[in-house]
Amino acid sequence: MNDPAVSGTSTGTGLTSAGRGLPDEPNVPEAGAKVPESPQPPAGNTTGTATFTQRGDKIFKAMAVGSGGFIVFLIGAIGLFLLIQALPPLLSNQVNFLTSREFQVSDPADLRFGILDLLLVTIEVSLFALVLAMPTALGIALFLTQYAPPRFARPLAYIVDLLAAVPSIVYGLWGLLVLAPAIAPLAVWLQSNLGFIFVFAEGTAKAEFGSTLFTAGIVLAVMILPIITAITREVFSQTPRTLIEGALALGATRLEVIRYAVFPFGKSGYISASMLGLGRALGETIALTIIVAAVAANFAGSLFSGGASFASKIALAANEFSNPTLTGAYIAAGLMLFVLTFAVNALARTIIARSGAQA
Amino acid sequence: MAKRLDLKDVDIYYGKFHAVAGVTLSVPPRSITAFIGPSGCGKSTVLRTLNRMHEVIPGATVDGQVLLDGEDIYATSVDPVSVRRTIGMVFQRPNPFPTMSIRDNVVAGLKLMGVSDKKKLDELAERSLRGANLWNEVKDRLDKPGGGISGGQQQRLCIARAIAVQPDVLLMDEPCSALDPISTLAIEDLMSELKKEYTIVIVTHNMQQAARVSDQTGFFNLRATGEPGKLVEIDDTEKMFSKPSEKATEDYISGRFG
Ligand SMILES: Nc1ncnc2c1ncn2[C@@H]1O[C@H](COP(=O)(O)OP(=O)(O)O)[C@@H](O)[C@H]1O
Ligand SMILES: [Mg+2]
Repeated sequence: MNDPAVSGTSTGTGLTSAGRGLPDEPNVPEAGAKVPESPQPPAGNTTGTATFTQRGDKIFKAMAVGSGGFIVFLIGAIGLFLLIQALPPLLSNQVNFLTSREFQVSDPADLRFGILDLLLVTIEVSLFALVLAMPTALGIALFLTQYAPPRFARPLAYIVDLLAAVPSIVYGLWGLLVLAPAIAPLAVWLQSNLGFIFVFAEGTAKAEFGSTLFTAGIVLAVMILPIITAITREVFSQTPRTLIEGALALGATRLEVIRYAVFPFGKSGYISASMLGLGRALGETIALTIIVAAVAANFAGSLFSGGASFASKIALAANEFSNPTLTGAYIAAGLMLFVLTFAVNALARTIIARSGAQA
Repeated sequence: MAKRLDLKDVDIYYGKFHAVAGVTLSVPPRSITAFIGPSGCGKSTVLRTLNRMHEVIPGATVDGQVLLDGEDIYATSVDPVSVRRTIGMVFQRPNPFPTMSIRDNVVAGLKLMGVSDKKKLDELAERSLRGANLWNEVKDRLDKPGGGISGGQQQRLCIARAIAVQPDVLLMDEPCSALDPISTLAIEDLMSELKKEYTIVIVTHNMQQAARVSDQTGFFNLRATGEPGKLVEIDDTEKMFSKPSEKATEDYISGRFG
């Protein structure tokens, strides 16, 4: 059995040998056992089976093409819907949609709405959440797959997964009522000691009151932690045994096994998991709506600010969606969130393609 | 370099399962010792106890002594990691680090040992690749990933990786079983070369390979499944294949050669 194409699968084929020799005795019964598996079927049957297979193929192909096409159609239709709704208010907008920080839509005759503030808030709070969640998820995934004995690993993994089952309204309330007061001292300390870094500078909300992007970012981090952890853990646990043993046999310690075998193998999975998490953070609505204070001032980059992300801005305005022009302005903002999420996905794909091309 | 190995009354377990019983044998330096025997009789298990890879399986334990030039590698003061750095291993399936460059694959063991001088690493990488008869094939793509070459080349890359640290002993577990005949030939030739500098122990399913490359051959067998495997006899390869002392050996070998 020649198998020059060596895939990443673990061993388990202990019997394939006999480079140039006679077949091994232990192989013989196996080889023998395989013979009856491919008997020549009677001639009449053959055509029947072939026709059936061809018809099955056709049905399957139609279904696959159909559902694929349906998805494309659905996404196109959503995009089109958003565009049609957004176009009239965009045309009568008095300020630049992309660069303005205003969002005044109460007077349909004088629409002034721009998404710059929403964009900056959305990106900053999501990236902050990602910065917190990525290393934590990596640590948990490595601990669960490489260090913890299976007896502990399973219940622990289950608990982390459970975090994903908590509704975001609960996260929002928890963030506002429990987390915010608890981290107030930390927030104040960061602001007074690291205030020279723009993210910790004085912002549009008071650090000690906690209705800030800082609190919201931490809550978001907890919310996206389970998905990043679950996928990363799954990928790490798939590291081929042969790779791990290869590193061990070179005299690698546990940490070095991770560096040489586990992490390189799971890296692209970890990145795509993080991008999924980021996607979730970008679109998260309720938690942010509850936690972050609405403010009139422009966003200047500090985490100790109030404000609104795309999603929370739209949610907060939902009960005013009475006239189509006004609604259209918010839909235009939603369209931008759509584009942003799309861009993040594309970015993730490029990263994965680049690191996966070598694997 | 090239040390001798002595096993004294070695018993090997997977948890409660007694996999191999009472192995006593000596491996002289600068020679090739082949282990043959039917599947499941414990050849790989014995091989993996020689560099303390056996114990990475949960619950796996070893009894008895394994002496490397007289020093017991299972003494409590010995760190298994340091044992694995001086006793190299090549596996059944080529297992280079797939995304790491060919060069980095070769010097991975050296880096683990703390060698960081780039010039020295480049030198040693070239020497090891030449030693593994791979240099000419990969010298123009040293920075390409190790997973991107053929299976036979990958296996020679793994051999280069193992000899880069100049191990005292080189263990090979059916190193050709996943390879085509031409790559197998290349690796057999390589083994005869390496024998000049290294002590080599090889497990093989292929009797002709054992007969061709080894100086001494050990025959393992097991009476029934569930019973521990045993070393039936070990002797000069020529003698084992012409007139072995044990009937079981003769049966096994003649069965193979028809
Ligand atoms: N990881 C393991 N856990 C439990 N039993 C094992 C493990 N690996 C091998 N064994 C058992 O040990 C015995 C010897 O196996 P092995 O050394 O792989 O045989 P060989 O290499 O001679 O084919 C077999 O009965 C096998 O089932
Ligand atoms: Mg084996």
